[in-house]
Amino acid sequence: MSGPFLDAFLAALALQAGYNSALVAIGAGLLGAAAGAGGTFLFLRKRALVADAVAHATLPGIGLAFMLMVALGGDGRHLVGLLLGSAVSATVGLVLVEWTTRRTRLAEDAAIGAVLSVFFGFGVVLLTVIQTMSSGRQAGLESFLLGSTAGMLYADAVTIAVGGAACVAAVALLRRPMTLVSFDPEWAAASGVNVRGVDLAIMGLVMAVTVIGLKIVGLILIVALLIIPPVTARFWTERTERVVWIAGGLGGAAGYLGAALSASAPDLPTGPIIVLVSFGLFALSLLLAPGRGVAAALWRRRRFQLRVHRRQGLLALARGEPIFDGLTLKVLRRDRLIRPDAVATRAGAAQAAKVLRDEKRWEVARQLYRDETISGRYDGLTAIEAVLTRDEIADIDRRLGPPTPVEGAA
Amino acid sequence: MMGATFVQLDLAPLLIGTLAAIACALPGNFLVLRRQALIGDAISHVVLPGIVVAFLLTGTIATWPMMLGAAGAAIVAVVLIEAVRRLGRIEPGAAMGVVFTAMFAAGVLILEQTDTSGIHIDVEHALYGNLESLIWLSARGWGSLLDPAALADLPPELPRMAVVAALIALLTALFWRPLKLSTFDEGFAATLGLPVAAISFGLVVVAAVAAVAAFDAVGSIIVIAMFICPPAAARLMTNRLERQVAWSVAFAILSAVGGTILAGRGPLWLGGEHAVSAAGMIATVSGVILALACLFGPHRARIGAAREG
Repeated sequence: MSGPFLDAFLAALALQAGYNSALVAIGAGLLGAAAGAGGTFLFLRKRALVADAVAHATLPGIGLAFMLMVALGGDGRHLVGLLLGSAVSATVGLVLVEWTTRRTRLAEDAAIGAVLSVFFGFGVVLLTVIQTMSSGRQAGLESFLLGSTAGMLYADAVTIAVGGAACVAAVALLRRPMTLVSFDPEWAAASGVNVRGVDLAIMGLVMAVTVIGLKIVGLILIVALLIIPPVTARFWTERTERVVWIAGGLGGAAGYLGAALSASAPDLPTGPIIVLVSFGLFALSLLLAPGRGVAAALWRRRRFQLRVHRRQGLLALARGEPIFDGLTLKVLRRDRLIRPDAVATRAGAAQAAKVLRDEKRWEVARQLYRDETISGRYDGLTAIEAVLTRDEIADIDRRLGPPTPVEGAA
Repeated sequence: MMGATFVQLDLAPLLIGTLAAIACALPGNFLVLRRQALIGDAISHVVLPGIVVAFLLTGTIATWPMMLGAAGAAIVAVVLIEAVRRLGRIEPGAAMGVVFTAMFAAGVLILEQTDTSGIHIDVEHALYGNLESLIWLSARGWGSLLDPAALADLPPELPRMAVVAALIALLTALFWRPLKLSTFDEGFAATLGLPVAAISFGLVVVAAVAAVAAFDAVGSIIVIAMFICPPAAARLMTNRLERQVAWSVAFAILSAVGGTILAGRGPLWLGGEHAVSAAGMIATVSGVILALACLFGPHRARIGAAREG
């Protein structure tokens, strides 16, 4: 990163890069937070891509609203009017997806794809009509495809910031019923929550986020704001309530950072930058998150592998069998259970005897306790003390007879 | 209307649109039945970064590097979706959403960062193509179809699209039985010894080839519409796969021809002066056909839907 770019980025981060940029950054941050939290409910209900249909379905509404405003003698570019139009056609698209899924035998993915492509195609037809209208040449409606914050009017920036704040407030107010319904709809219904109403509220929130985000992120990429933060948040926690908060935080951070980055140099389009920042957070989480991350999973696998080799090596020592496996030898040497020439040390022989006895105790235990809860715990790794009580083990030992010394232990 | 101007201005877009529609509708049937309809959506988004990267690497807008770049990006996307799904244990829809939006965003960013002024790759072109501009300038009438000199001047998209459509039709016919078996009952197909995973991947690759070839001529929006709308409408017309595929091809042709003609001539009938986007119109017509099928198709309801209430 070069000096001037870094300075510009820091200035934008500190909201010092001009009034509009500051408003856009705040708006993008709020929008990202609302999208992340709202998207969580969609993600939990496994309907993430419905948002894609909703976003693409906004295009004909934008075109029709422009034409209507021009026909009424106004300026077709009035942002609030365009956003209202987009909300109407997005609603129609959403209703069609639901109707098709419920009333015909087409699956939801086909309904989503059909609404997405047909509404978008019809929107493109309207855009080409508008281009031929005398007032339409400079309409700039294409900016809604990918979003564009360059040369944004002050009033537009205010609209976006206020809309983002309203969405965040809606999430904060409705988070409990929404969490309940998206986590367990049956239980929510049984405890008296109006599931259908809350579902509608979730879709309304998604719609609001989409419409407000059109100008910043654009209708093709807005779905990323609703999908990526919840998926990312899922890596960090197993609890629904926390997924909502973390996704909101991640989305807000991506929106704010992305808007600031894009304000600090030309040729950095806001929407794609926000999406890529969000994706960067996702990639980091996928690799590094504790528990569900790839690095953590690899580490767990390695530890399991070492435990298996250690146990098998000790059993081989106890039975006096030779060990050939390199990793087994390495593990045993590392723990000083064998000498470099593969002969058991004193500690190794003691442990080997204990493992062998454990194995024999298990053998008896699996014949004594036929039920799954006990014999099912046998995996060749769990010590029997972890499953049975002292008395039960004593009982098994009576059947086994006294311990016998292992070869080489003397 | 059917004279020399028709051959010169309308014939090539009509044929290219129709061939593209058929090439997409054929694999689309299986994608819709397998509930993978949105793979087509994802593929057509990631074509953009593929083309941009191919342009950056080769510095030309020649056809083959672009096609290879797009196909490469499609395969990268499919592999990435699978990796995100398995490594992160994330449901397929969300995994798809993460991958294709990020790749599309990267494509737009690279496009903005590099100086591509003066050559025509831009996002709008990628989305809704340029079907109208594919005219056959040297045609002098229907007789030109027999004139080798005039034929050599056909838009190169036409023979390319014809080859791809023929290839896809051939592959569909060749692999009909395994495709059908593995689509309807994957477990049964596997017990017969069919390589179901390979068939599934092959289908996605064929879809990607169709998307990439059609994309260059007609833009990604028709590609998505043709993957889904004609097969979905056909699904509501019949219970037999053979007839469904036939219906879908018929609907695809109807959409392409109807859409192209409506886009070119429709505004004139309504008193307008300028043609509208042919790609958008084709998608719109296919949507109207699907809507009619949803309302009146003989097999529109789910079996047992009445009993379920």
